[in-house]
Amino acid sequence: MSQPTDVLEINEKSPYYDITPGNQIYGGGGAKKFNTGEWRTETPVIDWDKCTHCLLCTPCCPDSCIPVKDGKREDFDYDHCKGCGICSKVCSFGAITMKEGI
Amino acid sequence: MGIRERMSGNEAVAHAIKQVNPDVMAAFPITPSTEIPQMVSTFIANGEIDTEFIPVESEHSSMSATMGACAAGARAITATSSCGLAFMWEVLYVAASDRLPVVMAVVNRALTGPININCDHSDSMGARDSGWLQIYAETNQEAYDNYIQSFRIAEHPDVRLPMMVCQDGFITSHAVMNIELIEDEKVKNFVGTYNPENYLLNADMPMAIGPYANSPFYMETKMNQRIAMKNAKKVILEVAKEFEKISGRKYGLFEEYKMDDAEYAIVIMGSAAGTTKDAVDALRAEGIKAGMIKIRVFRPFPGEELAAALSKVKAVAILDRAESFSGQGGPVGSELKAALMDAGVSAKAVNYFYGLGGRDYTVGDAEKVYRNLIDMTENGKKLEQFKYIGLRK
Repeated sequence: MSQPTDVLEINEKSPYYDITPGNQIYGGGGAKKFNTGEWRTETPVIDWDKCTHCLLCTPCCPDSCIPVKDGKREDFDYDHCKGCGICSKVCSFGAITMKEGI
Repeated sequence: MGIRERMSGNEAVAHAIKQVNPDVMAAFPITPSTEIPQMVSTFIANGEIDTEFIPVESEHSSMSATMGACAAGARAITATSSCGLAFMWEVLYVAASDRLPVVMAVVNRALTGPININCDHSDSMGARDSGWLQIYAETNQEAYDNYIQSFRIAEHPDVRLPMMVCQDGFITSHAVMNIELIEDEKVKNFVGTYNPENYLLNADMPMAIGPYANSPFYMETKMNQRIAMKNAKKVILEVAKEFEKISGRKYGLFEEYKMDDAEYAIVIMGSAAGTTKDAVDALRAEGIKAGMIKIRVFRPFPGEELAAALSKVKAVAILDRAESFSGQGGPVGSELKAALMDAGVSAKAVNYFYGLGGRDYTVGDAEKVYRNLIDMTENGKKLEQFKYIGLRK
């Protein structure tokens, strides 16, 4: 079994012999290390006055970008949110609006 | 001692599959390879093996399921022919770049069109640049032997590439010949179990297979595939040596037939090599120094080795069983001519086509090719390229 791949060590300067066979990446969670939120073209913004912390948005987020602490949601993880807008659609209180841009 | 039997090429491959008992087979039927999954299904139904058979709705799916199973950690196989192979196209490249050692029995059949069910090599030749290892058989015995060796080659840590084990549709796949089978236990011990270092179902080490590799990574990925392909040459020869110990049968990258003092040679691949050997024998009886080389391994292409084997002939005819419409010959012809030039071999080399869509290639046809080589070399006849052998005109 291979050691977990340090994905930051495989980059655009890596020679071919430092790249794993088939570009396989071992060990999960590698995406955490990359700012994939930069792909976003729309950005969810929360209105804390309307949010009731019902937490319906959190499990609906396909990228786990709505953290919860002590039973209450926190602000979005904008480093990884792709701006899909599902959270805004499922919010029954109109607390999440999509703004154009990043 | 091996077991004397008589069976068709498809039966021989199915028997090898029974002996290997792979984890997964995903397949969709297509003539002339249909019998292979059909027979394997019967073995499974009879409880003789415990392979998981996945009946799929197409070959795109069979290759996808096969490579998916392989990625998950299974020894996974499939079989196909002709348009079935063409329908796998997209996924073939993925299996190769993801470095998944799946084994596929290919029963060569002409690609449509015009629609045709008989043998030529256009199907696997079309996939020659997909990054798969390719090995070809002259007889049912070779199809069986190659199939057994394929797992050791494809799964070798220095290789890790998918492999096509090819035989000629109907000619080899359906004709019944004598064969010497190897005892089940010997085959099982030779092939061994598949223990990939990493696999998707390993909960202790989750992994990603096939990540996006745009321009900063694509060429490096291809280089690693090329190195694996190059490594395969050595591994193929090592595996052949070990195979000889359990079978008594010798294999190399290609077979040389009466090449020691040959002045005129044919290079050919597949079942037609047998026909060509008869022509060599007939010409040798007349005192003509004819010889033949049968390419066994087409990917990786043994260009340097073939050039060395042909370095002393006066003339060579390279015979292709697939058209490529390049105007510069078929796949075997153009690659071998390039290898001859790189090696500085000065023999006259012509490239002809034979057997397209199952057209007969007879001993007489092969003899004519040799006589043509002699005419070009000794009698001042103009060198003519890219002829169709047996074309009506």
